Amino acid sequence: MSVDKEIEVRFKIFRFNPKIEFAPSWQEYKVKVNRSTTVLDALLKIKEEQDPTLAIRYSCRQAVCGSCGMMINDKQMLACFTRVLELGSDVIKVAPLKNYRIIKDLVTDFNELFQKEKQVKPYIIRHDLEELLSPTGTYKQTEDELLRYIQFADCIECGMCNSACPVSATDPLYLGPMILNRAYRFISDPRDLGFEQRLKVIDSEHGCWRCHFAASCSAVCPKGVDPAKAIQLLRRALVKKAILGISSSKKVELIPMEHIKGKLELPRGWR
Amino acid sequence: MFMPNKLEADVLIIGSGLAGLRAAIEAASVDNSIQVVVLTKVHAMRSHSVAYAGGTAAVLYPEEGDSFDLHAFDTVKGSDYLGDQDAIELMVRIAPQEILRLEHWGMPWSRRPDGRIAQRPFGGHSFDRACFAADKTGLYVMQTLYNTTHKYDNIEIFHEWYVTSLLVEDGEFKGVTAIDMKNGEFYAFEAKAGIIATGGAGRLYSFTTYGHSATADGLAMAYRAGIPLKDMEFIQFHPTGLVPQGILISEAARGEGGYLRNNKGERFMKDYAPQKMELAPRDIVSRAMMKEILEGRGFPGPNGLDYVHLDLTHLAEEVIDEKLTEIKMIAIKFGGIDPTKEPIPVRPVAHYTMGGIHTDVYGRTDIRGLFAAGEAACVSVHGANRLGCNSTMECLVYGYLTGKQAAEYVKEKSKSDPSSELILTEERRIFDGILRGGNGEDPYLIKKELQNTMSKYAYVFRDGEGLSEALKRVRELRQRFGTGRVMDKSREFNQNLINVLEIDMMLDVAEVVLVSAIARTESRGAHYRLDYPKRDDVNWLKHTLAYKTVDGPRLEYIPVRITKWPPAERKY
Ligand SMILES: Cc1cc2nc3c(=O)[nH]c(=O)nc-3n(C[C@H](O)[C@H](O)[C@H](O)COP(=O)(O)OP(=O)(O)OC[C@H]3O[C@@H](n4cnc5c(N)ncnc54)[C@H](O)[C@@H]3O)c2cc1C
Ligand code: SF4
Ligand code: SF4
Ligand code: FES
Repeated sequence: MSVDKEIEVRFKIFRFNPKIEFAPSWQEYKVKVNRSTTVLDALLKIKEEQDPTLAIRYSCRQAVCGSCGMMINDKQMLACFTRVLELGSDVIKVAPLKNYRIIKDLVTDFNELFQKEKQVKPYIIRHDLEELLSPTGTYKQTEDELLRYIQFADCIECGMCNSACPVSATDPLYLGPMILNRAYRFISDPRDLGFEQRLKVIDSEHGCWRCHFAASCSAVCPKGVDPAKAIQLLRRALVKKAILGISSSKKVELIPMEHIKGKLELPRGWR
Repeated sequence: MFMPNKLEADVLIIGSGLAGLRAAIEAASVDNSIQVVVLTKVHAMRSHSVAYAGGTAAVLYPEEGDSFDLHAFDTVKGSDYLGDQDAIELMVRIAPQEILRLEHWGMPWSRRPDGRIAQRPFGGHSFDRACFAADKTGLYVMQTLYNTTHKYDNIEIFHEWYVTSLLVEDGEFKGVTAIDMKNGEFYAFEAKAGIIATGGAGRLYSFTTYGHSATADGLAMAYRAGIPLKDMEFIQFHPTGLVPQGILISEAARGEGGYLRNNKGERFMKDYAPQKMELAPRDIVSRAMMKEILEGRGFPGPNGLDYVHLDLTHLAEEVIDEKLTEIKMIAIKFGGIDPTKEPIPVRPVAHYTMGGIHTDVYGRTDIRGLFAAGEAACVSVHGANRLGCNSTMECLVYGYLTGKQAAEYVKEKSKSDPSSELILTEERRIFDGILRGGNGEDPYLIKKELQNTMSKYAYVFRDGEGLSEALKRVRELRQRFGTGRVMDKSREFNQNLINVLEIDMMLDVAEVVLVSAIARTESRGAHYRLDYPKRDDVNWLKHTLAYKTVDGPRLEYIPVRITKWPPAERKY
């Protein structure tokens, strides 16, 4: 094992604080890495040992939280999921994700994206409201039914697909692959009855018809989600509805579970 | 006159992990006129909870032999009898409802062939009761909860807002102070009720399974506001963290037949647990690994992270490809190691904070209007050692309980009005004292030394001498830290400032861990003292409470609540 063997690499990092600077600049740092050092490790090393003013977004450091998407050598990648040496280059160029407003350095503004997400009602819509809050059993779901949507549920909302999408680049109102994928995740869930309620947004001029299927989005997805496929399936559902008039009527069986009932007395206020 | 930016909420939740989001949904659903606000220092779903994989425990099939009593007893035994039995009984009863609520809200639980929720075995549980969703349970649960918050117009989430202090006056919660990270603005957030759901303290250690955000902020803020921290000496170490990152290599690796080997190539577990070998309980395996390493039978690792080998090379490639996909991915992507050809370097890793903010059975703190839930809280349901899958169950159950109570409480509560004095003091501390002023040594160096100190002396093995040495060092670090020194003077996304505030919090909490650990002269659960290797029920069947004073933590003790199960030896 040669975990300890270190070599020095150069990082060229995009620096910009739009509130106080007129233009971005590139700053160079040298940092020692070994075979297990990820780009995120290296950036944090730079931040902690050389330049604390560098802004980076990060949290889990194990490719599940979606924080650290950035342009690494001009490609959308998760910094924590990319080992420095795996890149095979002496100079590593790091910049913020394209198609987002820059807050500072490598940190981009996701608020607009999160607002858009709300529009597609990203939650299970059903009419048995009482059951949703006080369950009396479980909805039946077979492995097959689960497989219909699970791939689309793997999204960690890193936003890299939107960053790679040419339509998102030119139409800021376009819902984009991440959000459309989220919409399809619920539409394809047998428990959900909200297709009609999401129609207006998905079918709008900034909805799924804007996509032209080059699948740049799916190519950068670190989780194999394939949002382009989700969009294709969404369109198919819309076409089916246009032709047949109605969307499929889903029925879900509730399997009762006796032992979960029972009333709970909670104290009020403080002693 | 100074006029702080002010915002208002009815129920204010700090933290958007499992506990925080669950609490938000519950509070909002009690009544749609209740304004619920969630403040979180990362984007909501970037919280540490997304990382959990194993599962969440609950009794789903009593007709097949599981029962609430069995689940409660497993938990009590796992806690080495330090868990409060009334709380454990309450929790296991509510747990199944929570699993079903999630199911109704879209959770893709893995299923049995008949379409019902599947469960699998997990260490310490005497029945297969871990509900899971492939190997991404945490991601899916977080998604389900986060998505469901969108359903409620009365929930508002403030992403990347860093809470700096609790506003508490006359024994009553009145709100918090916070920084909006994107522009550095300082706010006073007034609220009628609060729920602390800020997660654990894992980043006190350099080698940890936790993400970077687990810096114990909520614990420190509660402690500073006069609430005691309970049982902080109990920190769980999982046997197999990947060297050097600390990423968890799950038990599945050993479950499928992986070996642990020392530098002589020996399966050393034969000397410690000849029957169970690699599958002995977590604490036993962790101690065995450390003994090998300390006695020179490990491999030298980077930054003192000496390790042993987790060897999967003898397993059939199909087993690794099909059953251990996630582990293979982690080894290759993060370690640069192909586990079918090379052993994986591992060592015990900080994994869970059993202790936390002292609450009663229902999650209420000593401050009126303030609750704590999830890993930040210590009810205590985990006692000296938590069982796998019980932690996220606690997050859900206590998210629900505290959310509901907070909503009921604010219905009858008038608007709270924290004094400007309190707010102003905090504003000055941060902006005049630290950002514009600020003294002390390089904070990142202090952090590193703090983590190294904790890793060296408050780890798997402890003794009085080492812990005292650690305490001395941490107090020196506190001096050297000064007010905290910030190099970045800008307002926008000033992570450097946030990091300094975090390190400040960590220093407080580390001191509590050490003082509590020095005092407890016995070995129980995760707290193993070489100088007191036996459990001592006569003197130590009690919870530690640490109160903040100017001279450091003052300790008090309260009894463990026992309902059905008198303490017995913990044997597996
Ligand atoms: C790798 C790993 C695997 C695990 N596997 C399992 C398992 O299989 N089963 C199980 O039951 N448990 C498991 N656990 C434990 C479990 O995941 C955690 O205990 C649980 O997720 C904690 O959730 P939480 O809601 O309390 O806090 P977290 O999810 O940690 O969330 C904390 C929140 O607080 C916010 N916050 C913190 N400080 C501030 C501040 N100052 N201002 C504003 N916001 C703040 C953060 O932004 C975050 O949103 C595992 C843990 C790890 C590390
Ligand atoms: S679909 Fe893939 S690339 Fe897009 S946000 Fe989700 S995980 Fe990221
Ligand atoms: S396939 Fe559609 S959504 Fe994906 S990148 Fe191309 S245009 Fe954008
Ligand atoms: S830090 Fe979480 S995905 Fe990279």
